[in-house]
Amino acid sequence: MADILRLEAVSKSYNVGTPIEVEVLHAIDLALSAGEFAALIGPSGSGKSTLLHLIGLLERPTAGRMLIAGQEIDALDEARMTELRGRTLGFVFQFHHLLPEFTALENVMMPTLIEAGRYSRAMRERGKWLLGKVGLGDALDKKPSALSGGMQQRVAIARALAMNPPLVLADEPTGNLDSHTADDVFALLREFNREEGSAFLIVTHDPRLAARCDRRVELMDGRILTNAV
Amino acid sequence: MPFEWILALRFLREGRMQTALIMAGTTVGVAVIIFITSLMNGLQASLATRTLSTQAHITVRAPDEAPTPVLARTGDSAVLAHLEPRVQRLRSIDQWAGVDRALALLPHVVDVSPIATGSGFAFRGNASKSIALMGVIPERYARIVRIADKLTAGQFRIAPGEALVGIELAKDLGAAVGDRIRIVSSESREDVFRISGIFDLGVKDLNRRWVIMPLRSAQSLLDLSGGVTHLDLTVDDIFLAEAVASRITSQTGLTAESWMAINTQLLTAFKNQTMTTRTVRLFLVLIVALGIASVLVVSVVQKQREIGILRAMGASPRRIMKVFLIQGGVVGGSGALLGSGLATLMVYGASFALRQDDGSPLISGRIETSYYLTAAAVALLTGLLAAVAPARRAAKMDPVEAIRYG
Ligand SMILES: Nc1ncnc2c1ncn2[C@@H]1O[C@H](COP(=O)(O)OP(=O)(O)OP(=O)(O)O)[C@@H](O)[C@H]1O
Ligand SMILES: [Mg+2]
Repeated sequence: MADILRLEAVSKSYNVGTPIEVEVLHAIDLALSAGEFAALIGPSGSGKSTLLHLIGLLERPTAGRMLIAGQEIDALDEARMTELRGRTLGFVFQFHHLLPEFTALENVMMPTLIEAGRYSRAMRERGKWLLGKVGLGDALDKKPSALSGGMQQRVAIARALAMNPPLVLADEPTGNLDSHTADDVFALLREFNREEGSAFLIVTHDPRLAARCDRRVELMDGRILTNAV
Repeated sequence: MPFEWILALRFLREGRMQTALIMAGTTVGVAVIIFITSLMNGLQASLATRTLSTQAHITVRAPDEAPTPVLARTGDSAVLAHLEPRVQRLRSIDQWAGVDRALALLPHVVDVSPIATGSGFAFRGNASKSIALMGVIPERYARIVRIADKLTAGQFRIAPGEALVGIELAKDLGAAVGDRIRIVSSESREDVFRISGIFDLGVKDLNRRWVIMPLRSAQSLLDLSGGVTHLDLTVDDIFLAEAVASRITSQTGLTAESWMAINTQLLTAFKNQTMTTRTVRLFLVLIVALGIASVLVVSVVQKQREIGILRAMGASPRRIMKVFLIQGGVVGGSGALLGSGLATLMVYGASFALRQDDGSPLISGRIETSYYLTAAAVALLTGLLAAVAPARRAAKMDPVEAIRYG
């Protein structure tokens, strides 16, 4: 299958050119096929979040080559990167980061609204369908503050899938949830992976959950340790 | 509705208290700006109108005669000894009928009234008083000074042999309507008039000196043989009087004095008032701008995470910036709208509360459309400009920081 993601000798340093320059990621090689469901594991400070931000086009690598959906990232300017990010990538974060001013449904529609510029009927239908899928069909018009942590994270997952992105990046999506809720949320990710065909790269500290992924990528001190399938 | 508007309006709506406060501030700011402008201009207009009810807006007369140098001879050389202003004789305006017609055609000029004026004395019994003869064509003069409205006795009627006198002069001479007075001019000619009406112009000096008579009588008393000494003008916008006057001077070579040049004190007072209101307005705009800016800055800081997440979802910095600019514009715009409404009420109320001595309203309860438009434009612009700094800050926000340390 075609690679949705390909990293070749990607490095990331912070504070480049200053005495406190530090290389956080060292020549990372990584490829992810379309529809793959992978866990990104490793101890705290090993660079998992940093790697996810690079892949998420929120930061640029210091060196190396990166392709997302076949697009060479180096060649893109800020505007094209923003566009590619909106179209190709979905995000789920540890702190769900919903917009508190908007209802669950509006939050789910937000990525599509950004893309299309205005609301549409199809957008609303998809939003409702997604929220139904995550079991929040009757909480469409609730504000995040009226939802539990697990419910909020499920809204965030529905939102990440709004654009039906080929790649979903999740940074400790269950980190803040009790183990039972975490299992539910994880099952949801898996379900979307199967049904919608999106590839997933999930940062997790939970070995149980990591074990349930197709593949585990382990980071240690900014290097890939194992690339077990 | 576009994405940026949806976000901006929702942020404002959910910002409840902050939004309410800043909108209230902007509303009051706009209202006060419109109100003080209306009040000040209303007061000035009413003061000017009162002043001008006994004055022409512009008075045109023959130019002063140039002073003749007096030469003193010492030996061979002539030395300029001193310049003596000439005693100005009564001089009529050359070809006044033509000038009269020409002036009436000038832009902004509404009415023109020819006048023959000079000094003299009025006698009745053994009383005598120094007076100013005012020879007028009644219908035309009435359009410049509304004498008919100012009569305390008799009628506004100046047939040959009739004259109107001021209330003070009538008292000084012990004369009433129907009585006869004898008038001797500075040219030592005399005539007898029957008093047909007594006026009160509200200015003691005029009430004591003016005797309004037919133009022909004044012309013969003053030996002007068909001439007039002045042309009195009114214009459609009193504050344009000076401009029209200088135009008349440059076009005709005649001396044209506007009420503004004559009432310099009043005009200085107006200018100072205008300066004051301008300063107050400037500070109000500044305060409103600072208010909007500070609320938006706080909002940007509060929404750091959300901005980060919006960026991660594909919103460009430009669009984030727009979201905050729109908020500034909406606050300014709705402040303009609400403020205009409030100002309308305030001015309406003030038109009832503020009365002249005679009980008539000091200012009209109406606000000129241009004030609304100006205030609206200023408020909108202020809102937008105030939002620039916060919006740029929002656009520059690093999404990773917001997400990583959320
Ligand atoms: N902006 C930055 N400047 C300097 N160092 C940074 C910066 N961001 C991250 N780092 C460093 O990079 C390293 C990797 O951080 P990262 O957050 O990617 O680790 P992580 O694997 O996600 O850890 P955790 O499991 O605790 O989330 C850490 O040592 C961190 O201090
Ligand atoms: Mg991390």
